[in-house]
Amino acid sequence: MLEYEFMRRSFVMGIIVAMIAPTVGYFLVLRRQSIIGDTLSHVALAGVALGMITNVYPLYTAILFTVIAAVGIEYLREKYENYAELSLSIVLSAGVGLASVLTSLGNTQGILSYLFGSLSLVSNKEIILVTALGIIILATILILYKKLFYMTFDEESAYLSGIPVKAINLYFSILVAVTIAISMRIVGILLISSLMILPVAASLIIANSFKKGLLYSIVFGVISVIVGLILSYYLNLASGGTIVLTSLILLIITIIKDIKK
Amino acid sequence: MKKKIVEVKNVSFSYGDNKVLENVSLYIEEGDFVGIIGPNGSAKSTLLKLMVGLLKPDSGNIYLFNKPVNEFKNYNKIGYISQNAREFNKMFPATVEEVVAANIYTKGILPKRIKREEREKIDEVLKIVDMDKYKERKIGNLSGGQKQRVFIARALINNPRILFMDEPLVGVDIESQNKFYNLLNKINEEFNITLIMVSHDIGVISNKVNKLFCLSNGKVYKHDLNKDMKINLKDIYGENMNILFHRH
Repeated sequence: MLEYEFMRRSFVMGIIVAMIAPTVGYFLVLRRQSIIGDTLSHVALAGVALGMITNVYPLYTAILFTVIAAVGIEYLREKYENYAELSLSIVLSAGVGLASVLTSLGNTQGILSYLFGSLSLVSNKEIILVTALGIIILATILILYKKLFYMTFDEESAYLSGIPVKAINLYFSILVAVTIAISMRIVGILLISSLMILPVAASLIIANSFKKGLLYSIVFGVISVIVGLILSYYLNLASGGTIVLTSLILLIITIIKDIKK
Repeated sequence: MKKKIVEVKNVSFSYGDNKVLENVSLYIEEGDFVGIIGPNGSAKSTLLKLMVGLLKPDSGNIYLFNKPVNEFKNYNKIGYISQNAREFNKMFPATVEEVVAANIYTKGILPKRIKREEREKIDEVLKIVDMDKYKERKIGNLSGGQKQRVFIARALINNPRILFMDEPLVGVDIESQNKFYNLLNKINEEFNITLIMVSHDIGVISNKVNKLFCLSNGKVYKHDLNKDMKINLKDIYGENMNILFHRH
């Protein structure tokens, strides 16, 4: 399997995504913002469509769109203070509307490979970009770990302890946006949020500290991607779907084990 | 004369068209144990949030340690226990130790490792609040009263001079409430930390504090509980409330 160049690339990209998606997802789930993944992935679709019809590398336009959308969500969240989830619905509608209009404007045949993920099409350029962004995301989360923990736990007290809550929220939203854009090649736009949520859901059942919760989320994510990629290769299945179903099975096993305890 | 450490001057605040505080003025002196009470929707929590700068007044000024609250940056001097803190669910994966340690090194961008002295300090504050045996426990598995004691420990880690608490005793049983008040008396008297506490339970709090601010219809009424007095709560809570005598 690893004698093929595209599989080696898939594993490198897969493992990077398997580490960043649950890491970002962990904070989103605990802040009750897990739906943001779905919203931004639909916006990423619009970005990909724009890239295709304008002949710009779709990953760039997807990153641009998701970052703008993430900043927009933060702004709208303040505007609709008491209906914060409305901000997600507004941006989701904008993303889907824009995506459907843009796909009808030009040649967007390749869009399916972004919807469900397509590892065989991953280029070296993509690997370099994803690796670089992946390292930046992981490093900054590590640096901001304590502050993010405090904000996740109790945002008001975090603010009053001197943490620049607003700036970190904005920065974190941008990280989420970039994570979604760079993960879409592996699991596909429609399944990205699953990779951000399912490993975290399994981790929450067994974790007894914040640090372990984050660690288990990453471990579950990496296992899902590795097992999913191997299964998809040998059984000739769609890689994105297999990865997500593997992480779902991991979650079910964790729940059953917990019930038996 | 004792130092004024919180001063609210002619503050008004509205939510949209609904004016909830109107020209409110009050001050709190060092060492006070202050209760803020009032019926639901009387803007008790709003007043507390204004005092710490989480909300900005429509008009008027607020001073913390003689500095306008929007310029106040000496965060170590204040501890704040929000209402949100007690609302997280059982599954939240954080240990008591992690929660207390969150308040160390909140400034600066680069993270720092927690040193041995700080670890000892965590043990020390957990001992003060009598939660040292629960260090490794998941915070979500603690009772309401125990959680509040952990939040006190989180605030104490920075040696604050003043502690703001927003309804910490909602859903806490009487026995744990008494234990909590004993702890508050201890940190008020032994460590000389000024305490400001919002509560809906006037019966309990009026026996514990030395100053009481009653909020009603946008106004604030101050009751100094150092001398014999009674307040007519019918004016504040309506006809159903009987006259209540304070301890003096």
